[in-house]
Amino acid sequence: MHRLLSNKWTKVVVFILCLAPLGALIYRALNGLLGANPVEFLQHATGLWTLRFLIFTLAITPLRKLFKLPELIRFRRMLGLFAFFYVCLHFLTYIGPDQSFDLAAMWKDVEKRRYITVGFLGFVLLIPLAITSTAGWIRRLGGKRWQMLHRSIYITAICGVIHYYWLVKSDVRNPLFYAALVSILLLWRLGDWFAKKERLAPAKAGTDRASASAS
Amino acid sequence: MLIGRSPDLTYADVTPKSIYLDRRKFLQGMGLAGVAALTGSRLIDLISPSRSVYAVTKLDTVKGPFNTSEKITPFDDVTHYNNFYEFGTDKSDPAKNSQNFRISPWSVSVEGEVAKPRTFTMDEILKLAPLEERIYRHRCVEAWSIVLPWVGFSLNTLIKLVEPTPKAKYVSFQSFYDLRQMPQSRGTGLDYPYVEGLRLDEAMNPLTLLCVGMYGETLPTQDGAPVRIVVPWKYGFKSIKSIVKIKLVKGEPSTTWNRMAPSEYGFYSNVNPNVDHPRWSQAKERRLGEIFRRNTLMFNGYGDQVASMYAGMNLKKDY
Repeated sequence: MHRLLSNKWTKVVVFILCLAPLGALIYRALNGLLGANPVEFLQHATGLWTLRFLIFTLAITPLRKLFKLPELIRFRRMLGLFAFFYVCLHFLTYIGPDQSFDLAAMWKDVEKRRYITVGFLGFVLLIPLAITSTAGWIRRLGGKRWQMLHRSIYITAICGVIHYYWLVKSDVRNPLFYAALVSILLLWRLGDWFAKKERLAPAKAGTDRASASAS
Repeated sequence: MLIGRSPDLTYADVTPKSIYLDRRKFLQGMGLAGVAALTGSRLIDLISPSRSVYAVTKLDTVKGPFNTSEKITPFDDVTHYNNFYEFGTDKSDPAKNSQNFRISPWSVSVEGEVAKPRTFTMDEILKLAPLEERIYRHRCVEAWSIVLPWVGFSLNTLIKLVEPTPKAKYVSFQSFYDLRQMPQSRGTGLDYPYVEGLRLDEAMNPLTLLCVGMYGETLPTQDGAPVRIVVPWKYGFKSIKSIVKIKLVKGEPSTTWNRMAPSEYGFYSNVNPNVDHPRWSQAKERRLGEIFRRNTLMFNGYGDQVASMYAGMNLKKDY
């Protein structure tokens, strides 16, 4: 497993797999298989794949720790950038066919419709993460600050599920499914954070006592 | 009446679905195979389930009033992209899940504040008046729209027959519901049976159609077979499908979507570009087959026929 995950060809295969949803959409478009409302089909498909790639990205850290597979980190940036890639396509279907490339009308819509507002916020928050995803930017920002910045992906994921939930009319089963996945991944981090704090706390208290008695 | 057919034939005599389907499929397959042989493409259509043809029977119609000259949306789009939550919430679910829906025998009971309550069999309904073809715009509350040729006659023909009493002020409608035939209705977030309602003057407006067919044929199951209501100046969900009961009542009847979210789906639900759905704009719509959105018309373009019924009303309040 470790060997497979560190193989450079594995990364190529994963890259191609990440392009498969786009390939499927292109295939459908060329063969007239996008249904009666092609714009909506593309909109829903790219939106869903954004959410899925956000979830894949957020799943890397828990999977690394749970299954002791540190090599998984090699794929995180790529998955995150694919989330950004699909949200850009998603945004294009909105600004183009929905808003006829009218930026003023789009901005009014973003202000007025809370499901658009929250979706747009999630999209905008991803932009700096995509820009600073390179090794150079990690160096420039410093690991700690870079990590702080990139935690905003949690907000994007939450925005994504709310955006989906507010969009449907009455059948909320699918949005709730994605909300559950995002919740699990974020709650795991919270649990991990508390566990770490507890592991550190007694040690810290111990040193405090030691230093107190020394004085 | 069913013109061009001997009068002793009944609704139950329509060609069995399987035979009809096989014949059409065979012809379609022949044509497509030829094209596929020539071009090597479109083979996917032969195996794609979304393009199959459904059992319907030809109806003889006369030209009706209120026709729009706009381009008619293709039959395949109309029948494979619609809402009928009893059969599932995806737009392709009704076509997939309604094919075994039993629509014969069928009858509609008309009751309530009427002098002559009566149950109409499907055959009786088909013979109440000449069947008219009416090409209407249809605007969904989700901001997409279609243009299609319905078949039927004004609902007021039927209502006049039962003689409403002076107490009758509203009309309520109820859809057929059977969980065993509609297992996909579970978890869709709505209460069933689906109910809708109109004010009596709205129901008596000649635009309001008692609809038994479309595209010159009986209604496909996914579009509300065998009989439904069509109210073209209101959002699509007001045009209730597969009705079994019509009741004339004194007070404003409860309606399904209004019960689910009162702030989002009002009793009137007239198409109105100036009153947005709380979550999305109603100013524009996407006509199926078009990329960019077009402006939505007040009362879906039927203002001349219906605006006077709402004179003096605040349509922002009575949405």
